[in-house]
Amino acid sequence: MRAYKEWVIEAESKGLKISEVVYQNEMDNLQQTEEELFQRMRKNLIVMRESVAVGLSSERRSLSGLVGGDAAKVEARRKKGESLIGDHLSGVVAKALAVAEVNACMGKIVAAPTAGSCGVIPAVLLTVEETLQVTEQELLLALFTAAGLGMIIAERANVSGAEGGCQAEIGSAAAMAAAAAVELAGGSPRQTADAAAIAMKSMLGLVCDPVGGFVEVPCVKRNAMGAMIAMTAAEMVLSGVKSAIPIDEVIDAMGEIGKQMPCALKETAQGGLAMTPTGRRIQADFL
Amino acid sequence: MSRSNVFDLLGPIMVGPSSSHTAGAVRLGAMARKILGEEPIEATISLHGSFAKTGKGHGTNLALIAGLLGMAPDDERIPEAITIAEERGLTFSYKTADLGDVHPNTVMFELLGKTGGQVRVVGSSIGGGTIIIREINDFQVEIRGDYPTLVILHQDLPGLVAQVALLLATAQTNIARMLVSREKRGAHALMVLETDEKIDEAVLVLLRRLPKIYQALAIEPLE
Repeated sequence: MRAYKEWVIEAESKGLKISEVVYQNEMDNLQQTEEELFQRMRKNLIVMRESVAVGLSSERRSLSGLVGGDAAKVEARRKKGESLIGDHLSGVVAKALAVAEVNACMGKIVAAPTAGSCGVIPAVLLTVEETLQVTEQELLLALFTAAGLGMIIAERANVSGAEGGCQAEIGSAAAMAAAAAVELAGGSPRQTADAAAIAMKSMLGLVCDPVGGFVEVPCVKRNAMGAMIAMTAAEMVLSGVKSAIPIDEVIDAMGEIGKQMPCALKETAQGGLAMTPTGRRIQADFL
Repeated sequence: MSRSNVFDLLGPIMVGPSSSHTAGAVRLGAMARKILGEEPIEATISLHGSFAKTGKGHGTNLALIAGLLGMAPDDERIPEAITIAEERGLTFSYKTADLGDVHPNTVMFELLGKTGGQVRVVGSSIGGGTIIIREINDFQVEIRGDYPTLVILHQDLPGLVAQVALLLATAQTNIARMLVSREKRGAHALMVLETDEKIDEAVLVLLRRLPKIYQALAIEPLE
């Protein structure tokens, strides 16, 4: 079983970024050239950009009619300069909602790491891109850092709501986004680990209790919350804050919590919000 | 979870909302189409477990049809699959069924093709868009659609497996996995071979000429 710590040590000793360690490993794993890997990742980036653009301007409703159009509301308020949390962070919220809404409305997205959590990583990275004026190459590298951490999470725990609850989906996405944002902002390999750890710690225990079993309520809005946690974790770490518990141990704890979590709270729509009077009524209305 | 690659964690590119109930469902439909080996004109689709319970809200009903029409999980026409099916002359009906002790996301397709071919396929979407075909016409199989696959219905006879392997060896086709099963000794039997290389058309022709081989089908992997 691999550990993120090993990549941090390798990156530090060779003077590389985490992303460089990841894609060099993957060239061997996938038997593909650097060019081929970046070409594939570029396709992901293109679809991420499209899904943000589509979601920000869309008023489409989901199949159940429960979600849709909220990203546009947040974006409109941001553009009026009225945002309570500032232009930058309201942009994160709007983008995360946008992509998650596109997903709920059967639009095209990149699972990151899952379809249910597809809004977190694009929201964080594309906002950092706007703020720090990074190059496309740097953005692609950051995606390798995010995906690399995702692989460690998938190997040590899981990234499935049915197996580990929401902490395994939005929690993993937030950790992946935090690590990538830190690298994009010029943080060290060790700092990517700290940011990922802080982000994931903040989402431990979160259950998967979707109303009616649909990837809509509370999933869409949790994408926005996951993205904000990733931004906050990155900000702390870039300021010099460290995580007391190392990332690999946090991932293991997430996996353990997932095992201890009752089945009713793991994507079965048999507990939590799904079983509230309103949740039940929505489900009955739809089916 | 076993060892993955970066594009399992950032990807697939897909139409939402669910990797298992939407993307996986498209791939199940697409595999069923490949197994039928021609354009389907009639489909009876039985939904089991979570597919039956929450399929509607995930667009599973659209995704399965999209797959039968040959679409991939990132095809943006998936939401319009029903209309496209009408245009292409595919009629279909949905049922809810208890398919027994199977994965919660399981579907059974009963298909009729344009030239009269018929097949019954049972498959499951097991997470993250990954699928397994479990049954073809009452025979237990295990096809994930990630390799070229050869499915051979034959009589249970000594030496037949060796002959098939020899033909593949002659064509320099390497066998990655192989599964052999039978109804009972001497009766109908099934070979499922996953290969590293595409299965040569000539091999298929020769295979079909072997005595006691009733059916030989080459299934291309999903993209």
